[in-house]
Amino acid sequence: MTLTTEADRAKHALTTMWTIRRFEEAVDDMFARGLMHGTMHLSIGQEAVPTGACMALSEGDYITSTHRGHGHCIAKGAKLDAMMAELLAKETGYCRGRGGSMHIADVATGNLGANGIVAGGVPIAAGAGLAVRMRGGSEVVVSFFGDGAVNEGAWHEGVNLAAIWDLPVVFVCENNRYGMSMSVDRAFNVDTLAERARGYGIPGVTVDGNDPQTVYDAVADAVRRARSGGGPSFVEALTYRWKGHSKSDKNLYRTREEIESWRERDPIAAFEAAVTGGGATAPALSESDVEECRALARDRVREAIRTANAAPDADAATLTDAVYAPAGEPIAGGTRA
Amino acid sequence: MAAPAASPVDTQAANTQTMTIGKALNNGLRAAMEADPKVLVMGEDVGKLGGVFRVTDGLQKDFGEHRVLDTPLAESGIVGTAIGLAVRGFRPVCEIQFEGFIFPAFDQISSQLAKLRYRTQGKLKAPVVIRVPFGGGIGAVEHHSESPESLFSHIPGLKVVSCSNPVDAYWMMRQAISSDDPVMVFEPKKLYHSSALKAPVDTTATPDPLHSSRVVRHGDAATIAAYGPSLPVALDAATAAQEEGRSLEVIDLRTLSPLDLGPVFESVRRTGRLVVVSEASSEVSLTSEVAARVQQECFYSLEAPVQRVTGFDTPYPPAKLEEHFLPDLDRVLYAVDNALEW
Repeated sequence: MTLTTEADRAKHALTTMWTIRRFEEAVDDMFARGLMHGTMHLSIGQEAVPTGACMALSEGDYITSTHRGHGHCIAKGAKLDAMMAELLAKETGYCRGRGGSMHIADVATGNLGANGIVAGGVPIAAGAGLAVRMRGGSEVVVSFFGDGAVNEGAWHEGVNLAAIWDLPVVFVCENNRYGMSMSVDRAFNVDTLAERARGYGIPGVTVDGNDPQTVYDAVADAVRRARSGGGPSFVEALTYRWKGHSKSDKNLYRTREEIESWRERDPIAAFEAAVTGGGATAPALSESDVEECRALARDRVREAIRTANAAPDADAATLTDAVYAPAGEPIAGGTRA
Repeated sequence: MAAPAASPVDTQAANTQTMTIGKALNNGLRAAMEADPKVLVMGEDVGKLGGVFRVTDGLQKDFGEHRVLDTPLAESGIVGTAIGLAVRGFRPVCEIQFEGFIFPAFDQISSQLAKLRYRTQGKLKAPVVIRVPFGGGIGAVEHHSESPESLFSHIPGLKVVSCSNPVDAYWMMRQAISSDDPVMVFEPKKLYHSSALKAPVDTTATPDPLHSSRVVRHGDAATIAAYGPSLPVALDAATAAQEEGRSLEVIDLRTLSPLDLGPVFESVRRTGRLVVVSEASSEVSLTSEVAARVQQECFYSLEAPVQRVTGFDTPYPPAKLEEHFLPDLDRVLYAVDNALEW
């Protein structure tokens, strides 16, 4: 599948990337104006990875996500108003405003949850993959994580379990070059993180994470393998976050020049150039098509903000709800607790 | 000749076998696996070996490798994978080989398992059971004899129980697996194969609710509250005190989170004296919590400060010295004397 030559797919990819960017920009703005609380990890500059990866998935497939997870959520098909409501701590949010930015889960679209713990979702993805295999299903689980996760113990345990049990999991690393301030050059003694895959006996590739097409190709290949019983794979997507790690980040660990050089490799601008004839192939989209995608993304985000703002705030009176299962909830098989 | 129809008494006998705590846990797991195909057992050496303490003995043979999974040595991976299974509809039971090995999984337990329901307001649930052999008295060392149950009881979203006899062992296992909340079952490893504690287990009986404590011996001079491996010590102390004419009430706490202290309050209001026994270190522990809540609820009934008999506030000692560390008959009786002579 070529994203840049098929008009429908090109529009979908472009609209998704613009939606992620506009959503993140809106969050940045609302946070700066004191309208949003907590902390935010923005994925501006990384939009091509979730977009390309999720286009390789089918309905019924699952993802696990990270603290920088808004893009994964959007690319997997989440409702923007429920996402925005979650970030604004509204009762209409995906998790009634209790999960917040780092913990959106959307069961309907197979999003098993973002995660504030780096690598926390990796063994959970392996478990979801094991559940698929035990049921004889054909679904695939994509586990998103960053470069920092690849040095966490849970990552190694989860990847190894998926490998020895041939689980249908695709491990997608968004290598944005920094775990907060720790650069991959200082945190790893290997040239590419994909080399780690060899240690677990699974395929690993490193691709340009700023190009949705190359991300799509690598993930689609891994998904095919997983769906046909070939076990897990590791895809390392090289990308860059334009903003700081979180709201408190003053960017002391990287130069203005470095940030600027990556901004010049803007995944959205590059994709727009490619789909409108910048490449060797015939243009898939016209300038007005591109403008339409941009406008659609902008309008969707604006509408989400309007809807979310109008919703009731999370109610302190229910602060202690749902710590445990409700007493009357029916229990499958065996004796009631 | 046709066999005579079974009388009710025979039926009960057929459902009642005398067994150890270890066998009762094994039977509880087996019954849960028979009742629900979604129940899985996973952990280190739980398959052919049947676990280090043989609690999962025979389960892989009867239910297959797909339902009794031998895992690598990877506690974080075991619990994390169990969470993934549970959010997709399975009911995994993880065995942690020794309590000291649980800490690689602490992150998955405290950061994910305990918080998943609240974080998603019930959209996701993770009915995972984590079995933890705990406590000392088997001549082992640190990491093989410890009592970390207070650490887990402190975490909202987890439920924690501990059994002290075969009947509770069987039913707690069945009830924990049936619970829609994550439940940690702390199993007193030194009592697993105690023939002195063998008891008849009627698998057709109606068990007490999982999260309830129980008065196991009535008395009026003082109250002893204990759980798991400390319960037999408390009962021995009550027997010894009886010979001196002092009748002690003994309460098996059974559920450590949430605590069920109603029966303790009721007892202390009658006896005015409480001794809490646990192998765990005393500082910032379950025994602290019981003492705090009893002074709050029973202030005007107390005739003496709440006494605690616990392990020392040290790492677990070498095997040759563990008998000094663990609460024993003398230390419990000394505490009872203190309470009575205050």
